[in-house]
Amino acid sequence: MCGWSCASPDAPRGRSCRARPGPWRSGWVGPLVVCAAGLVTSCQPAGILDPRGPIASAQLLLLLDSTAIMLVVVVPVIVATLVFAWWYRSTNMRASHAPDQAYEGRIEFVVWSIPALIVILLGGVIWIGSHQLDPRAPIPADAQPLPVEVVALDWKWLFIYPDQDVAAVNQLVIPAGTPVHFRLTSATVMNSFFVPQLGSQVYTMGGMTTQLNLLADEPGEFPGFSANFSGDGFSDMRFVVKAVPAGDFQAWVTQAHSAGAALDDAAYAALARPSRAVPPSTFRTVQPKLFERIVEQTASGPQKSAGAAWRPPAQQAGG
Amino acid sequence: MLGRLSWAAIPFNEPFPIISGAIVLIVILAVLGIITVKGWWPYLWREWITSVDHKRIGIMYLTLGLVMLMRGYADAIMMRTQQAMAIGNAQGYLPPGHYDQIFSAHGTIMIFFVAMPLVIGLMNFVVPLQLGVRDVAFPVLNSVSFWLTASGALLVNTSLVIGNFARTGWMAYPPLSELPFSPDVGVDYYLWSLQISGIGTLLTGVNFVTTILKLRAPGMTYFRMPVFCWTALATNMLVVAAFPILTATFAMLLLDRYLGMHFFTNDRGGNQMMYVNLFWAWGHPEVYILILPAFGVFSEVVATFSGRGLFSYRSMVLATLGICVLSFMVWLHHFFTMGAGANVNAFFGIMSAIIAVPTGVKIFNWLFTLFRGRIVFRTPILFSVGFMVTFVIGGMTGVLLAVPPVDFVLHNSVFLVAHFHNVIIGGVLFGVLAGYNYWFPKAFGFTLDDRFGKASFWCWIIGFYLAFMPLYVLGMMGMTRRLEHIADPGWRPLLMIAEIGAVFIFLAILCQIAQLYVSIRTREVRRDRTGDPWNGRTLEWSTPSPPPAYNFAVMPRVETIDAFAEMKRRGMPPLEQAYEAIEMPRNSATGFITAFFAVITGFALIWHIWWIVILGLLAATATLMVFGWSETREHEIPAGEIARMERARLGLGWPG
Amino acid sequence: MTVATIEAVSTALARGRGGGGPAPTRIVVAYGFWIFLLSDFVLFSGLFAAYAVLSDQTAGGPSGPELFNLRSVFIETMCLLFSSYTCGLGALSAERRQPGRFLIFAAFTFVLGAAFLFIEGTEFAAMVRKGAGPSRSAFLSAFFTLVGTHGAHVTSGLIWLAYMVAQVVAKGLRPRVLRRLLCFSLFWHALDIIWIGVLTLVYLMGAR
Repeated sequence: MCGWSCASPDAPRGRSCRARPGPWRSGWVGPLVVCAAGLVTSCQPAGILDPRGPIASAQLLLLLDSTAIMLVVVVPVIVATLVFAWWYRSTNMRASHAPDQAYEGRIEFVVWSIPALIVILLGGVIWIGSHQLDPRAPIPADAQPLPVEVVALDWKWLFIYPDQDVAAVNQLVIPAGTPVHFRLTSATVMNSFFVPQLGSQVYTMGGMTTQLNLLADEPGEFPGFSANFSGDGFSDMRFVVKAVPAGDFQAWVTQAHSAGAALDDAAYAALARPSRAVPPSTFRTVQPKLFERIVEQTASGPQKSAGAAWRPPAQQAGG
Repeated sequence: MLGRLSWAAIPFNEPFPIISGAIVLIVILAVLGIITVKGWWPYLWREWITSVDHKRIGIMYLTLGLVMLMRGYADAIMMRTQQAMAIGNAQGYLPPGHYDQIFSAHGTIMIFFVAMPLVIGLMNFVVPLQLGVRDVAFPVLNSVSFWLTASGALLVNTSLVIGNFARTGWMAYPPLSELPFSPDVGVDYYLWSLQISGIGTLLTGVNFVTTILKLRAPGMTYFRMPVFCWTALATNMLVVAAFPILTATFAMLLLDRYLGMHFFTNDRGGNQMMYVNLFWAWGHPEVYILILPAFGVFSEVVATFSGRGLFSYRSMVLATLGICVLSFMVWLHHFFTMGAGANVNAFFGIMSAIIAVPTGVKIFNWLFTLFRGRIVFRTPILFSVGFMVTFVIGGMTGVLLAVPPVDFVLHNSVFLVAHFHNVIIGGVLFGVLAGYNYWFPKAFGFTLDDRFGKASFWCWIIGFYLAFMPLYVLGMMGMTRRLEHIADPGWRPLLMIAEIGAVFIFLAILCQIAQLYVSIRTREVRRDRTGDPWNGRTLEWSTPSPPPAYNFAVMPRVETIDAFAEMKRRGMPPLEQAYEAIEMPRNSATGFITAFFAVITGFALIWHIWWIVILGLLAATATLMVFGWSETREHEIPAGEIARMERARLGLGWPG
Repeated sequence: MTVATIEAVSTALARGRGGGGPAPTRIVVAYGFWIFLLSDFVLFSGLFAAYAVLSDQTAGGPSGPELFNLRSVFIETMCLLFSSYTCGLGALSAERRQPGRFLIFAAFTFVLGAAFLFIEGTEFAAMVRKGAGPSRSAFLSAFFTLVGTHGAHVTSGLIWLAYMVAQVVAKGLRPRVLRRLLCFSLFWHALDIIWIGVLTLVYLMGAR
């Protein structure tokens, strides 16, 4: 850190940078210290820094690897910039000076090849990583994948378990150690389904389906949310992923079957109406083919039921 | 009669917009009052509003950009404050409907009405001077461009008090921006103001491509052009190739909203991802439209203040053109998460990483220009060195986001927000501020104060690091962008640091204002009588500061790159030249009048006041027809008058 | 890229290129207008792309083969192509300073352009009457927008032509008017190029 401040480009003419407690010293050191302090205080790993499944772990590893590859160049460049700027200041009489450029082919060659080599290396990483971590690729595991259908609504998440014939709002219970195969769509605007600790997010879009495969290694509770702005209730569009042991999952399904309402057309129409910060709930049974009809826009969604009038007209101005 | 417009459009019950709107209104009225009382209107009309002088237009662009920067900053500090307050159960001071407008307006304004006017302003002022010519190819069109841009800015700000702005984010993705989900006028304000200013930008692109390719001083071959002109050429080629895509895309969304079409709707076969694709087919080149002129500024500044020519001019030019071409092949990296196949994602990921090669070459070239230079630390070089350090970090995080599996976990997070602020503040804004400090004496004839300039630099860089480094961390902790309130109380410390950073940026803006004020007050002692305060290398420094309307009394002959440095090395041209009469374009009110009707028409379109729309369009067409009929567009400055002015100037002494 | 290649490319580019000083006004104006036309092509390419994406999205409504009448499309195309020919002849007459001939060819161009617009307008009206208006399906939105934008260009071309005729009558064929005429004929020919694209993508490929 001290090196940074000494190599600061604001070296005044004729004076050594150590002799001057000018604004530049606090300038560089200050923010770094505060940033470091901030990092330390919030040092418990969270989000993608605390992966709980194979996809998220691989992605974190890829993040760290790619960063390391690039730091090999980035750090020397930053250091060289500061050192050159400081050493070749006009007042430094000890520095050599070449008033005009001579053509230096070797340096030019190096200048093109260093970034090219880094990018060739990264290109390989990108190609392999994109194929290995394709959201559509099944996750190799002993257990059969559990299919889950995800519907983004204004502003909550509906999870339909087609094999179990139950559904849940704003909570996603999955068996730990079993791959989950998601099919996703939106009954409203575009959202993005994201559970940082399990890995990859994917868009949910009206009239289309996307696919995603995730796996939780161990039981636990992980926050999930929409990662694409979808309107006024967006900030509360959160859900909890509960990864539970396989036996507990069966128990949860049984319990869900025995309580709550049925998700038929009327219940879906009521659910599809905009609402914010919706508490988790379950449905004991689901109308067949509901997900397909939502994709085809033939389920009684918000657009069909009330048209433009359903959204409160905004009179808040400004911004 | 008034379409959707009624008294309910003015938010009397909302304190923030009404108070800020009232303050802005009072300031505007006060300024207009002072102008009227002092009798400055004829001067303003004659010398500025109807001026077609590229230097005047450039200065007006820069003024517009800097004023709008304040507006964009006000939005920024409101957002940071809301996020610093609304943590856990707290809901902050802004309801979602208002907060959503603020972040949408912040992005829209900063990209279209701050960054664009600033870089276009610099190009306007500098490019003809560097090319050694007297104006751009189409001077009146240039004025039209500026006034259309200003019209767009005016419309965006009108939404502050009349109606409301979009609540969709600055990209206005459908179907959220479609009528069923955004039934009010917000998205219409967004679309029409950007359509109007977009036409202005497109015309600028046409104008500057033609200028740079067809109007250069004798002897200035392509490979003798200053690097800033090369980057301006690349930028304007990108404008010509990219902005029509945006116009077409917005036109389709407008047709959806106004005529019930189904381009991007959920139903009847519409395809929302087509909007996203088309938007970014414009949007990624736009990033380079902004950053390339900044690269040009750094190339000029680093060479000048190192006291030597730029290292490997040809690499720099090739890298610029490489970026220009590659920028059209990477748009999909803005939405890897739409569920495309692995091959598609990998292709676009690799293409995006490849852009790092020419960009890296540029960084190395600046680095080797500093190497064995003799660096004079004035404000512009400070911004340049700050840029080099900051930009490589932003470039690195950008390449990270280009790795598709990494993007799957960082997409739309505040990591992304930190990345693009890192390149836009650390790149574009630092470039513009370096250029502002560098060329200010050329524009106004006196240098800017260096102490306040340096103070402003340190506040900017400290503020930037404080405000955005925490966002990188928060992004990795799983914080997505555009949150109106935040559930996780563990994020509070980092959000507080970001808030402090925003305050530092406020200090930076204050220093900027103070610098301007102090410099104007002390302008007599900081007068630049030589026209060449920095020992510059390119032709703009061979003219007096400020340059006469005709820029060059005698058109320079160019024999090398860094033409002026070579002229100084060989000795000065003879004092008495054979002057010839110069033909200069006349002032024209076409731009202002066209823009006036554009504002009226745009406003009427937003509020569905169809009779005004028809009248406005007719009036705008009539204006163009009157202009298209005119015959006397040039006036001649006789040789004798030029000789008189030049003698007066040379009496003050020639540099060296 | 090796040093040698960089060097080769840059010397090739640098050799005596563009050192002749500012170009004459006529060149600058025509060049600038060409650049503008290129940007117009880019705008159309956005609309073409939208049409290509949405052409199958009929949402249960009528599709291309059910709507298109290739006979009238053929007549439309002929009108436009011939108007381009007469426009070219008019431009030649203007260059030779023959205002009378220019006016005759301009009249032909105008009539043919107006006939094109009339046929297109009739087709559009018939489609809307059949319930196949632009809001029926994404396919029809894209169709009306693409073809309609071309039609709007032709309309503004006709207004421009009338305006240029007025200038020629009032001022004669002086250099400034000739420059404006040059831009107009570039514009009119560009509309032909775009129409060939529309004809191919929309009608010939879509009518199968």
